[in-house]
Amino acid sequence: MKIHEYQAKAILARHGVPVPKGEVITSAAEAADAAKRLGGGTVVVKAQIHAGGRGKGGGVKVVKGADEAVSAASKMLGMRLVTYQTGPSGQVVQRVLVEQGLKIKRELYLGLVLDRSTERPVLMVSPEGGVEIEKVAEETPDRIFKEHIYPGIGLSAFQTRKLAFALGLEGQQIGQAAKFMTAVYDAFVATDASLIEINPLIVTDEGGLLALDAKMNFDDNALYRHPEIKDLRDLSEEEPLEVEASKYSLNYIKLDGTIGCMVNGAGLAMATMDIIKLAGGEPANFLDVGGGANAEQIKNAFRILMSDKNVKAVLINIFGGILRCDVLAEGVIAAVKDLGVPVPIVIRMEGTNVEKGKQMLRESGLNFTTADTMSEAAERVVALAN
Amino acid sequence: MAVLIDRNTRLIVQGLTGKEGTFHAKQAAAYGTKVVGGVTPGKGGITHEGWPVFNTVADAVRETGANATVIFVPPPFAADAVMEAADAGVPLAVCITEGIPTLDMMRALTVVRSGRTRLIGPNCPGLITAGQGKAGIIPGHICQEGRVGVVSKSGTLTYEAIHQLTKLGLGQTTCIGIGGDPLIGTSFIDALTLFAADPATEAVVMIGEIGGTAEEEAAAYIKQNFKKPVVGFIAGQTAPPGRRMGHAGAIISGGKGTAAEKMAALSEAGVHVVKSPADLGAAVKNALH
Repeated sequence: MKIHEYQAKAILARHGVPVPKGEVITSAAEAADAAKRLGGGTVVVKAQIHAGGRGKGGGVKVVKGADEAVSAASKMLGMRLVTYQTGPSGQVVQRVLVEQGLKIKRELYLGLVLDRSTERPVLMVSPEGGVEIEKVAEETPDRIFKEHIYPGIGLSAFQTRKLAFALGLEGQQIGQAAKFMTAVYDAFVATDASLIEINPLIVTDEGGLLALDAKMNFDDNALYRHPEIKDLRDLSEEEPLEVEASKYSLNYIKLDGTIGCMVNGAGLAMATMDIIKLAGGEPANFLDVGGGANAEQIKNAFRILMSDKNVKAVLINIFGGILRCDVLAEGVIAAVKDLGVPVPIVIRMEGTNVEKGKQMLRESGLNFTTADTMSEAAERVVALAN
Repeated sequence: MAVLIDRNTRLIVQGLTGKEGTFHAKQAAAYGTKVVGGVTPGKGGITHEGWPVFNTVADAVRETGANATVIFVPPPFAADAVMEAADAGVPLAVCITEGIPTLDMMRALTVVRSGRTRLIGPNCPGLITAGQGKAGIIPGHICQEGRVGVVSKSGTLTYEAIHQLTKLGLGQTTCIGIGGDPLIGTSFIDALTLFAADPATEAVVMIGEIGGTAEEEAAAYIKQNFKKPVVGFIAGQTAPPGRRMGHAGAIISGGKGTAAEKMAALSEAGVHVVKSPADLGAAVKNALH
């Protein structure tokens, strides 16, 4: 799960990470008071959307005083901000963060993620802050410094010192950096985060360290024990059909193609998209209906698929292991009769009770196309969609 | 011959008295697996479907001589169940549960790695040795005793591969679903190492997916050490970056973990990489001729 910058900063601040003073607002008029409370001098107005790259898209403005803050906020609120992460349609800005302006001496990078290979969290820092870390990793990998953290022990003082010296910090900043990094790690563990990124982490003219930007993602599997974080989910940032699908525990991701897919199992669902592409078509979605898909789930799945107006044909690809093909066929027939699906449906099923399932489809009086292999199914559905 | 599980394996079920545990214990027994008991804390002393139930894994192991456990425990408690299995020193633990918090699994793995337990999973269909025994949810009736080992991150894609091998008369030795989570007990390399030492396994089907670098690491291992033919498929060639495709571990992040990279690494290591999962069986047949 993703959250906004201002929410991430609030969580980090609670764990002791220094962040700039700021206020989040939803109407431009509030910007005046916010700017005054921040001292009336230079403030930064930042659009709050989940995507990165906001600065280049006009979503970050440095302004002087209350009037300019109001004007910047009014331009941002309601605008469709397009960044390299939002896609061409962009994302509507509903909140802006008004923050104190700071004199920046250096921009550093700090990131904390799980490293799958070592099975430990890895704290990464770089003196090259303020740019995409992927770019630094690509071009100058020796400018990224890493420390792997023992889960039972936590971040050790010597590790924070190694990283602080690698960043070229000195004097009291070494101690400050140790506190900063430890607080970030504490927040990571306490909230079951999957990623914390502070880019840039700034050194001010006065020598202080602050998180000028902050990004936090959370482990969906752990949200059950963090209701306060679950509450931060912003549905307006998500694709409406995906939100709808999640209500029925359907794993659905919308894509741009014309062939709707309904599959059991995440791996097979991905493979089905791949095989559609190989047959010359474009998948409209990823959809895993799960291992125990019943008639009700299949109906919900059809409803979601058919809400996407780009869908010209549907491919159902099911391997019945525990789920029996006759039960699946029954569900598909009931759903199609009930909903009156207006596009061609190709069904490929295999596994337990497959013959019985196929017979039921044939005798249903509905216009299904069946296929024996995945390749055949993909070729048929692509032909029908065109 | 086979790897990890055979007709002599003595299996217990953690979470036996739950719906999933009961169903799959019966399925395993029906397939011929020696299911010897179960563990449900607080229900020790009862008999469930003819099997003795124990309060702790240690009790179950002592009383039944179990040397394998399969875990059907809900996500909030599953990492603890894994640690309990490792603490009891069970040689093989298979965790089916999907949805375990990553940090729980990270802590559990430190316990697993310091002991003698081999963990399969979590978030996996488990494993089966054709004609001998199974721990998990892979349907037995699609398998046939044969010559090919299967190792896969995905459940239903494993079934696809098994089905194709059976249809072509090649059959399987052992099929291992290693799971789709970011942190898993047994890697591709671990499974390949086992298959390398198994004379009955003549070839291996390896099914990977986007996310992480396990496939690239396996490719490096295969190039250096693995002499048997390997047929590979990577799911997610059309997956958009930054989106989690069903499995917690299946995500392209920062441009890394793409199917294209993995396919290239495997091809370069001499693996027969197929673009379509429909071609897995045929590719094995070709590789064996």
